[in-house]
Amino acid sequence: METRDIGILIVDDERVVRASLYNWFKEDGYRVETAENAAEALKKLQATGYDIILLDIKMPGMDGLELQRRIREFDKNAIVIIITAYASVDTAVQALKEGAFDYVTKPIDPDDLTHLVRNAIHQRTLAAENVQLKRKIEELSQLEEIVGESPPMKKVLELVKTVAATDATVMILGESGTGKELIARAIHANSNRRYFPLVPVNCGAMAEGLLESDLFGHEKGAFTGAQYRRKGKLEMANGGTLFLDEVGNISMKTQMDLLRVIETKQFTRLGGEQVIKVDFRIVCATNKNLEQSVKEGAFREDLYYRLNVFTIPLPPLRERRADIPLLANHFVHKYALQMSKDIKSISTDAMELLKGFDWPGNVRELENAIERAMVVGSPPCIKAEDLPRQVNGQSQIPGGDTLADVEKAHIKKILERTGWNITRSAEILKIDRVTLYNKIEKFGLRT
Amino acid sequence: MSVIALVPIHTVPATQLEHLARGIREILHCETALLPRLEAAAAYEAARNQYNSTTLLAHLLPLRPPHSAKILGITELDLFIPILTYVFGEAQLSGAAAVVSSFRLRNELYGLPADPTRLRQRLLKEANHELGHTFGLIHCRNVNCVMHPSTYAEDIDLKAERFCEECWKEAFESVH
Repeated sequence: METRDIGILIVDDERVVRASLYNWFKEDGYRVETAENAAEALKKLQATGYDIILLDIKMPGMDGLELQRRIREFDKNAIVIIITAYASVDTAVQALKEGAFDYVTKPIDPDDLTHLVRNAIHQRTLAAENVQLKRKIEELSQLEEIVGESPPMKKVLELVKTVAATDATVMILGESGTGKELIARAIHANSNRRYFPLVPVNCGAMAEGLLESDLFGHEKGAFTGAQYRRKGKLEMANGGTLFLDEVGNISMKTQMDLLRVIETKQFTRLGGEQVIKVDFRIVCATNKNLEQSVKEGAFREDLYYRLNVFTIPLPPLRERRADIPLLANHFVHKYALQMSKDIKSISTDAMELLKGFDWPGNVRELENAIERAMVVGSPPCIKAEDLPRQVNGQSQIPGGDTLADVEKAHIKKILERTGWNITRSAEILKIDRVTLYNKIEKFGLRT
Repeated sequence: MSVIALVPIHTVPATQLEHLARGIREILHCETALLPRLEAAAAYEAARNQYNSTTLLAHLLPLRPPHSAKILGITELDLFIPILTYVFGEAQLSGAAAVVSSFRLRNELYGLPADPTRLRQRLLKEANHELGHTFGLIHCRNVNCVMHPSTYAEDIDLKAERFCEECWKEAFESVH
C-alpha cells in the first residue's frame, strides 16, 4: 500500500494540534484531512473513507468516546487512535475496551507516533487481506460441484442449506457412490466453521488399531513403530468439521472412545496423559442401516442417538434418473478439460443406455463410466460402444491368464454386482473388509 | 537555482555555519547567503523549556530576501511542535521556510562522547532534508536518500547527505 493511498483523519478541537499533525503526516505522503469537532468529522467520514482516525478524547459537544461509537456504526473496521492528556487516561482505556486501536498521550514522542501509525497500517492491510481471502473462500466453496435438478436432489440441497449454518451433527445416509462426501463438504463450506479444516476419516478402510491412532494420534513410543508423536484427526479438525465416512463400521471399542470425545470434547493421545480439548462439528455418513445395527448390538445405541441428530438421505441415482443427462454431460466437460480431448457430447443412443442403466454404484459408477468412455472414445462425441460392457450389454473377457488376473476380474465383477458395497462384496467373497480394501488398492480397481 | 538564505537563530558556531553552507551549495548546486542572527525569545515555551519551531518559521518568513528561493533557520536550541515531544527540524511543505536544530543531534545528549564531525554531518543531512520538504518532497522509502525519515539521531547516520535520483529529478531537475 502506497502512503498516498492511506487516508488519515485528525479530529481535534485545538488548531495547533491539527496543524502539527497535518504537517507531520503530509511529510510522510499520506492523504490527510482534519476536523475540529465530531460533527465535521462525521460529515467527512460520510463523504469519504479513512484508514486511520486520530481522535482527541476531550472535545466540546460530542466527545471522542461517543464519536468512536458513531464511527463504528458505518465502518466497524476503522482504526481509531485516541489522543489524550495524562488526566484522561481512564477514558482512553475505556476507548480501548470499545475497540480503539491504541492511545497516545500529549505530547507524543515522534518515535511512538511513527511506530503506532505503521502498526495501524499493517493491521488495516491485514484486515483488508483477511476480508478478501474470506470472500475468495466463499466464492470457491459454492455448491457448484453438486449437480442435480431433480426434485429429490433439490430436497437434499434444501436440507444442506437448512442445517449448514447450525452446529448440529449431521448423518448422511446413502448407498455407496451417491456423493456423501460431497454433501459433507457442502455442509462444511456453508457453515461458520468454513475457515477451519474439514477432516475426512474413512472409518471403513482401516483396521481397529490404525483407526484409533488415526483419530486420537499417539505419543512417541505408544506402540511398536510409533517413532514420533503424531497429532490425530480429532486434533486436526479443531475449529472445523470431522467427517466420519462409513461410521457404521467402527469397532465397539472405538465407538466407546468416540462417544466419550463427543460428550466431553476432550481426549488424550494414545500412550499420552495430556488432556487435549477440541471443538469440532461431526458430519458422518453410512450406507448401512444403523438402526438395524443397533438392534443387532453391533452399534452402540447412545452413540447412534448422538450422531443421528439431523439426517440427510441421499437418493440413489436410479431414483433420480432425470439427473443422469445433466451429470453425464458434467463429467464429459470435466474430463474433456482434464484430458484435453475434443469430446463435447454424448450420442443419443449412448445417452439412452446411460438413462436406462440402474447404476448400482451410483454417481461414482456413472463418473467412472464416462471417464472410461472419454479414454477409449474419439471426437466429436461418446458413442454406445465407448461405454463399459455392463452398460452397453456387450460381454468382455478379462485380460490375462494368471491367477492374479482372474482374482482381479472376479473381485471387480462382485464389486460391480453389489454396486461397490464393500461389506456385501466382502461377505460374498468370504474375506474381511480390510482384506478387500487391500485387494482393491493392490489391483488398482478404483482407478 | 537562486539563493538559499541562512539565518542563525540565537547562537550557532561560525565553523558549523560555514560547513553547513558549503554542504548545501555543493549538494543543491545553489548559492547561499548568510543573514543576521535571529533571536528566539518569541518561540520560547517556559512550561516545556523548548522552542516552538512553527513560531520560528513564522518569524523567518518575512526575513527572506526577494532574490532567495528559500530561507533556512539554524539553531542549537531544543525545538518542538505542540503535539510532539521534540523535532529535529520543521519545514513548510512546498513552502519557503525551514528550520533545523543541532540540539538533539549531539552525541552528548545520549551519554556518548562528543563528535563534532558527526554532528556537522547530521546537521547537514537534516538541513537538506528540511529544504527537500520546502521543494515539495515527501519522505522517501530509499534508506540511502536524505529524504528518508529519521526518528533517532543514529538513523541520520545511516542515510546519505544527498537526494536519491528519483527525489532529485522530482524536486530539482526543473529548477536547474
